[in-house]
Amino acid sequence: MKKIIVLLAFLALPGLSSATSAEGYPLAKAPIDLHDQPSLQRGAQLFVNYCMGCHSLDYQRYNRMARDIGLTDDQVKDNLIFTSAKIGDTMKNAMPKADAKRWFGVAPPDLSVIARARGVDYLYNYLQTFYLDPTRPFGVNNFVFPNAGMPHVLWELQGMQKPVYAVHKDAAGTEVKTLTGFELVQPGTLTPPEYKEATADLVNFLAYVGEPIKLERQRIGIWVLLFLALATVVFYLLKKEYWKDVH
Amino acid sequence: MSTVDAVNPGRRHFLTLTATVVGGVGAAFVAVPFLKSWSPSERAKAAGAPVEADFSKLEEGALMTVEWRGKPVWLLKRSQKMLADLPGLKSQLLDPDSNEASQQPKYAQNADRSIKPDVLVLVGICTHLGCAPTFRPDAAPADLGPEWKGGFFCPCHGSRFDLAGRVYKGVPAPKNLEVPSYRYLSESRVLIGVDPEAA
Amino acid sequence: MANTQGTIGLLGWIDDRFPLTKMMREHLSEYYAPKNFNFWYFFGSLAILVLVNQILTGIWLTMNYKPAAADAFASVEYIMRDVDWGWLLRYMHSTGASAFFIVIYLHMFRAMIYGSYKKPRELIWLFGVVIFLCLMAEAFMGYLLPWGQMSFWGAQVIINLFSAIPVIGPDLSVWIRGDYVISDVTLNRFFSLHVIAVPLVLLGLVVAHIIALHEVGSNNPDGVEIKKVKGKDGKPLDGIPFHPYYTVKDLLGTMVFLIFFALIIFFMPEMGGYFLEHPNFDPADPMKTPLHIAPVWYFTPFYAILRAVPSFAGTQIWGVLAMGGAIVMLFFLPWLDRSPVKSIRYRGWAFKLVLAAFVISFLILGYLGALPTTPERTALAQICSFIYFGFFFALPILPAIEKTKPVPERVTK
Repeated sequence: MKKIIVLLAFLALPGLSSATSAEGYPLAKAPIDLHDQPSLQRGAQLFVNYCMGCHSLDYQRYNRMARDIGLTDDQVKDNLIFTSAKIGDTMKNAMPKADAKRWFGVAPPDLSVIARARGVDYLYNYLQTFYLDPTRPFGVNNFVFPNAGMPHVLWELQGMQKPVYAVHKDAAGTEVKTLTGFELVQPGTLTPPEYKEATADLVNFLAYVGEPIKLERQRIGIWVLLFLALATVVFYLLKKEYWKDVH
Repeated sequence: MSTVDAVNPGRRHFLTLTATVVGGVGAAFVAVPFLKSWSPSERAKAAGAPVEADFSKLEEGALMTVEWRGKPVWLLKRSQKMLADLPGLKSQLLDPDSNEASQQPKYAQNADRSIKPDVLVLVGICTHLGCAPTFRPDAAPADLGPEWKGGFFCPCHGSRFDLAGRVYKGVPAPKNLEVPSYRYLSESRVLIGVDPEAA
Repeated sequence: MANTQGTIGLLGWIDDRFPLTKMMREHLSEYYAPKNFNFWYFFGSLAILVLVNQILTGIWLTMNYKPAAADAFASVEYIMRDVDWGWLLRYMHSTGASAFFIVIYLHMFRAMIYGSYKKPRELIWLFGVVIFLCLMAEAFMGYLLPWGQMSFWGAQVIINLFSAIPVIGPDLSVWIRGDYVISDVTLNRFFSLHVIAVPLVLLGLVVAHIIALHEVGSNNPDGVEIKKVKGKDGKPLDGIPFHPYYTVKDLLGTMVFLIFFALIIFFMPEMGGYFLEHPNFDPADPMKTPLHIAPVWYFTPFYAILRAVPSFAGTQIWGVLAMGGAIVMLFFLPWLDRSPVKSIRYRGWAFKLVLAAFVISFLILGYLGALPTTPERTALAQICSFIYFGFFFALPILPAIEKTKPVPERVTK
């Protein structure tokens, strides 16, 4: 049937997001679970402690976050607000954009919808692939986002790592370097698996912030579809009834 | 050709009715987001959140203004003299006992229209047409006459209120000035926009 | 006192002064439509449904949207987060835009397989193509409004096309923008055109489209004129009143459509980056071009044609002309197709072949238009562009080789 073909051709179009970063680094899948509130809470904690000095969440309100990730307003006030912000305010930071631009070359972007712009896999891998590179101003570089302007702010947690390459010769005899892994040069306060989990929590939190309504949207969607299914049955019977006249 | 069912008017009528009801319910559901999107947004709610006011530096007889939900809210520290004048005005007032329940919370429905007699909290908007009355504590000024014991005077249409925000008779304003909900956080701080915590 | 319509009471009072009952009869209860409409005939009424959806949600979105470069992006997120149910209104509008094109493309395809553009329905088709053009303008200008990276750079690329026009081009594109780059001024005027000017024209054209349709009567999958065979009462034997028969049928179609529509809105509003493109969640930045700029999916076939044509003789106008030509050709369709037979059911293999080639090349072009170019892809796009235009040039010569089947007097089944 032509209808199906049209629909399938349409669905088969490749997604614009790909499984590798723009620079070709293969992206591991981020374990996102918006239902996991403890993870979201840990992610929020990490965000306000490590990210918020430079990055704001201009569109995310503290009280909305509290409600959605299972905290009370007072818990947020006591543990997650370090500024004079009120509970109903959005999660802005105090860094002037002009200063930030002078310090980092680019102003650190607002991260409210970063998970929707870059994809969660990108962020998850980005946070894990900082490596020592003395040629860079902050002494670190990144595989997912080469020459990123951002220092490795989570280095206390992860420690510092350097890339490990396997060198072999290709058919033409030229040396080819392939990245095989990382070696921890200086350990951090977290073990590698713990660090991975921490970045997963942080990305989970950013995924939530990208679209706070997502879970509720899907919940409502189920009811809408059920209602439409019922309506379809009724209208099908109605159509059948009237069309008895035409034959 | 299969045997065509004879038209059954009852069934047809029933299905039309059912479809109409289902369609109507669906239309009502669709209307909800459109109507609800008009209610105050999260931003408006955040801006309309309770406001804290610290009146520790307020002198006796002085007035301070804080903004709450875009409206001026007055805090007036009343002297003993001001409080003593209030009962004597009863005969000149429209609603001396604050019977109009919408104009103050239950806990301010008393002689002084306040939780603690010395501090009056009032929304500074005239109940006539929404102008901002001026604070006139001076007794018997030339323009307000010898009977004036201090109060609020609305320059727009001449409405007069006493120092408890009660409206005088014979002026355009129909009701006493509104007392917002508020609670004491400490001796010298109030939170405007919420009722006192239940005892 | 009964009037010419035989109505009394309040309705009679109105009918004495306004042709209410007369219009209802002419367009609904006594509009005789062929009884053999199939699946393809749902898309006209669905297009109206989507139009209504776009107008209503659009009106509601303007209540909170701010058409200024400094505020636009933030106001969209404000709608998505702070406005009660704002997210739903926004998704209904963004999904509706794509749904509109899906419905319209299928509606146009229906006209092509059943020859609905042929005499006496040429004008209906012409109105339809102008509606399609307006819709493209509407979608293009609407896409600038969220003020994301794709909004900005997509508009930048398309407006720069005008600068390829010889002599006046550069000045023309500056005039359209009202600035040397896409700016606040451009955003503001696109907003005005998007929310009021184009919709007004669109509504007028839709009314004209329907009036013209009801004047000559609907075509059908058999491509026979039902008005030729009338009963004693003067009504077409193969016609049934639009109301109630097609109102109940279209309502059923509407419900099925709404299931798909809701599925996307509630479970995949980004549609994998096709309905809402990922880079558009980055605010517009005139200093930084995204790595890969792709128009929204419904423009990609035409974008692929644009890119397929190389620039020569020192100008890139040819690609622009080809893209414009791809749409202009549609206007000539009723006169290019010279076959006496309307419906594909009674046409020969030659027509089926060229139509299939046309549709497939259009789909491939759409696929290519979303991807970055490579030499192989460009070559494929060139072949498909040839096929696309070849269709229009093949139509006039088809009757010479095409063996059509006899068309029945009455509709079948």
